[in-house]
Amino acid sequence: MISAIVFLLLLAASVWLFSKNVHKIRRNILLGKALDRSDNPALRWKTMLLVAIGQGKMFTRPLSAAMHILVYVGFVLINIEVLEMLVDGAFNTHRAFSVLGGFYNFLIGFFEILALGVFIGVVVFWLRRNVVKVKRFLNAELNGWPRFDANAILITEMVLMSALMLMNGADQNLQARGNEHYVQAGSFPVSSFFAPMMSGLSDGTLIFIERFCWWLHIIGIFAFLNYLPYSKHLHILLAFPNTYYSNLKAKGEINTLDSVTDVVAPNFDPAYQAKTDPNNPQRFGVKDVLDLNWKNLLDAYTCTECGRCTSACPQNITGKKLSPRKIMMDTRDRLEEVGKNMDKNKGVFVEDGKSLLGDYINSEEIWACNTCNACVQECPVNIDPLAIIIEMRRYLVMEQSQSPAELNGMFANIENNSAPWQFSPADRANWIQD
Amino acid sequence: MKEIKVRTISDMLASGETPEILFWVGCSGSFDDRAKKITKAIVRILNHVNMKFAILGTEEGCSGDPAKRSGNEFLFQMQAMQNITVLNGYGIKKIVTGCPHCFNTLKNEYPALGGNYEVIHHTQLVQQLLDQGKLSVQGGAFKGKKIVYHDPCYLGRANEVYEAPREVIQKLDAELSEMKRSRAKGLCCGAGGAQMFKEAEKGNKEVNVERAEEALASNPDVIAVACPFCNTMMTDGVKYFNKENQTKVLDVAELIANANDL
Repeated sequence: MISAIVFLLLLAASVWLFSKNVHKIRRNILLGKALDRSDNPALRWKTMLLVAIGQGKMFTRPLSAAMHILVYVGFVLINIEVLEMLVDGAFNTHRAFSVLGGFYNFLIGFFEILALGVFIGVVVFWLRRNVVKVKRFLNAELNGWPRFDANAILITEMVLMSALMLMNGADQNLQARGNEHYVQAGSFPVSSFFAPMMSGLSDGTLIFIERFCWWLHIIGIFAFLNYLPYSKHLHILLAFPNTYYSNLKAKGEINTLDSVTDVVAPNFDPAYQAKTDPNNPQRFGVKDVLDLNWKNLLDAYTCTECGRCTSACPQNITGKKLSPRKIMMDTRDRLEEVGKNMDKNKGVFVEDGKSLLGDYINSEEIWACNTCNACVQECPVNIDPLAIIIEMRRYLVMEQSQSPAELNGMFANIENNSAPWQFSPADRANWIQD
Repeated sequence: MKEIKVRTISDMLASGETPEILFWVGCSGSFDDRAKKITKAIVRILNHVNMKFAILGTEEGCSGDPAKRSGNEFLFQMQAMQNITVLNGYGIKKIVTGCPHCFNTLKNEYPALGGNYEVIHHTQLVQQLLDQGKLSVQGGAFKGKKIVYHDPCYLGRANEVYEAPREVIQKLDAELSEMKRSRAKGLCCGAGGAQMFKEAEKGNKEVNVERAEEALASNPDVIAVACPFCNTMMTDGVKYFNKENQTKVLDVAELIANANDL
């Protein structure tokens, strides 16, 4: 009875805390500017199905894709067993779903195999980060918290899966001894390999191990759930909305700024009707996170820092400072800072003299970009770092007039000669005679 | 070589004719000495199939791509609206471009500003002409030669045109070789995003050197490109490795024009 109360209190606390943090993240994302991504729901569902559920973009790198599938499928399906643990915890039962009989035995056996798959996948991931030292996990932007975060996730998953196995190992010994609380249920294709090693333990010790691992697993899950909002691991939830709200247009198209059209178009069409509100002028481009749109911000929270973008970036490959992953990490960090500022100030952002461009991202990174879309193509959850880079260039050029001198020369040439070089427009067709 | 026949749209309309297609030459194709040869190769192909095409001539202006990608949306829209005014004034419906950057901008970014045209890249036009039997590859100038194709970002990833240039190359009876980073994984030549017009940021390598190194790894006879900017960057990269005598950098249009001795 007491254990059921403790369990229910823990469950309630973890759900409450999680929903509070999710609410904050939602609020932070919606601080972004408006953007209409409600068109073409059929194609959006399809994109989500292929990219997030089907993991379609992972397979350009087969080893990490295969390991990721193991962990992903395992985590999703083992949650069915967690459902049983919730029932057992609340009603003080043991293996409540065993009434399903043979199908239950199949499920438990299947979950054990999945758990082994998760364990293997996570160990491989840990080795790639810490022993093999895959290049994209070594970049400077991962120093400190991000590297700790990545390893904490992997180790937590190892602990959760080990607890599940150990619990089953103790359970099957107790079942074999005919302990009346431990009903004959389940099949144990994995844990039966090490269960005999526990056969010399007393009933009390086995029950302790079984109970300890059960609590470890379920408390681990509650803790993990509440760790998500602070972690890059949030991608397990946000990958789905983020792919649904993907950019469906050609990657080469950069959005048209209506505020600029409102200034330029009347020169060509006196009857032009302005699209933006002249009484509410907006900054051109992006200086800080609140200038970004909500999808840019959702992108930032969705990023799991895998670094495929950065490893495909021609500028990063050749040793420049630009790293598309860092652009996303900086955006999230700054947005979190803005969110905490609001929490402290009754929900209103109080100017702190900082900004995304300048304090987190510098112009050297922004000007290095080739706009080649390699980062956009690579992202397994359709994040668009390029959109943020372009917006920052817009701010530097149109608000600050801080473009590199050579680009100012190119602008002047286009303005005066209608070509990026110093040639006379009258000579444009001279090639015919050359 | 035969004379090339090129008419401007104003000239053509004045004599009561309308073109099948407008050839958008682009700044590079108009002014850069190397790129002018690509422009002429495209014209020779169009002349060869007797296609009725026109150019804007001195009425063409920069598409605005480098301005837009540098963040200068004002300058981009000024250029775009000037060009759209001209194009719409002449009632243009279909455009072929000699440059993937113009292609992308006209195709994807002009519609929002009132410019709606069917826009294709010259490799797509050549592929269509080959498919329709209007153009065929004679002579074996490239037979058995190893050709490695470099995907321009603004043709490939940006607009997912991967096959047209490859299908054209395959018509040459040549050995089409692929780099490890090709198609959607293609590595930029280093020119895009207005990098063509400025020095690179501090690093340990130039992007075009990285890409040329990859292209040269299989010792190709030709590095085929489909963009005048890629052409410049890859040519410089090949020179960096002192391989200009073994490996030529040629546009897909030049391959076809040379093979047919046009």
